[in-house]
Amino acid sequence: MKSLKAQGHFLSDSHHQIDVLEHGEPGKEYRLVPFQQNMERITLFPLKPTGIEIFQVNVGKMCNQVCKHCHVDAGPDRKEIMTRDTMQLCLDTLRNSSIKIVDLTGGAPEMNPDFRWFVEEIKKLGKHIIVRCNLTILLANKKYNDLPEFYKQHNIEIVSSLPFYTADRTDRQRGNGVFEDSVKALQMLNTAGYGVEGSGLLLNLVYNPAGAFLPPSQNALELEYKQALRSKFNIEFNHLFAITNMPIGRYLDYLLQSGNYETYMEKLTAAFNPVAAKSVMCRNTISVSWDGFLYDCDFNQMLDLPVDCKQSKHLSEFNLEALNGRNIVLNQHCYGCTAGAGSSCGGVVTE
Amino acid sequence: MSNHYYNAEDLKKFSTIGQYQKEMGDKFFAWYGEVFKDSALTAREKSLIAVAVSHAVQCPYCIDAYSSDAFEKGWSEAQMMEAVHVAAAIKGGAALVHGVQMMNKVKGIAM
Repeated sequence: MKSLKAQGHFLSDSHHQIDVLEHGEPGKEYRLVPFQQNMERITLFPLKPTGIEIFQVNVGKMCNQVCKHCHVDAGPDRKEIMTRDTMQLCLDTLRNSSIKIVDLTGGAPEMNPDFRWFVEEIKKLGKHIIVRCNLTILLANKKYNDLPEFYKQHNIEIVSSLPFYTADRTDRQRGNGVFEDSVKALQMLNTAGYGVEGSGLLLNLVYNPAGAFLPPSQNALELEYKQALRSKFNIEFNHLFAITNMPIGRYLDYLLQSGNYETYMEKLTAAFNPVAAKSVMCRNTISVSWDGFLYDCDFNQMLDLPVDCKQSKHLSEFNLEALNGRNIVLNQHCYGCTAGAGSSCGGVVTE
Repeated sequence: MSNHYYNAEDLKKFSTIGQYQKEMGDKFFAWYGEVFKDSALTAREKSLIAVAVSHAVQCPYCIDAYSSDAFEKGWSEAQMMEAVHVAAAIKGGAALVHGVQMMNKVKGIAM
């Protein structure tokens, strides 16, 4: 399967994605209540940061997988990769900043040739690092087999997608054989001590719905995952993050292709939760793209909606004070983060 | 007025039944919400039971609601179909077991 970009798909242009979000699918006029209107109603507009605590870096769109729900439209054919020079700009920014958490994502971040160097340099600054590891990368090539030991050595927190504890649902979303390889990778991480009680090595899993529906209760699902993975595969992990699929990128394509777009958007809007809206992740996160530009979140990054902050649009002019005073850019996809118990890179936001 | 008895859009209006009898409607929805909470059975287990019962009572609204709910709660297609078979088996068996009544009757009047 190719990325939307490699297919020359109309949704590979972010303007078309925004057009669908604002006006419905091509040829159909369909308007939802504007997200901004809901935020105004609960006096959260303009939405302001609560203070940047997490520096999320998308080190490139290249990935060994082509998942059907991927908002990044990542895949082996994507060549956008962060250079060492841009990484150096990240390090310079972090060195002079009070931000303590660095969240590395992609694509498969490990496929960036300077990934290990970058991790080591960030650790020298005393920052906590989260790596969003897709698990199968550990088995994709011999050169990645020692990553669990590398992660352990640097006390990296691992967050890994495993859409379900059965092969069927996982493979439908992430590709054939992904579940089997993910199980092997989780066992490798457990062997290194990850997810094992008392080790201090955090291994968190991510659930995404494999279809056009919202996640169930995160707590109930975590228990089911723990029981199923322990009994069938002897796998241990720390926490499960239940994440709502965002109606952008390849998931938007899936919604349109399957005829679920309007129903899904209605579900999201009907589930708008003011409590979740107060705690959305863009209030304490800044997202950095492979070429060093700044965004409110990884979703805005993929929609080419840069931060609304003239003094600080790129790492080269990073200004924490100015960014903390900005208005966060909102659009209809933001309903994905405010539905039900809310959704963020760390799972629900209301518990 | 619509010209058919069942309309998928009507499911969304379920919560309005209190318009004509608020007190009973409120009590029903409070009780309904309580029934489906995690308790001696999990909400997930109750959802699968609801799929089976929806088919037994042949309620299209319930089938719509609980097919989605059960799938969202992680039941597989095969598990959900087995639950429907349980409902069908009970319904089929319920019809068939009355055959004993028929046999009793016939035996009573036959020479």
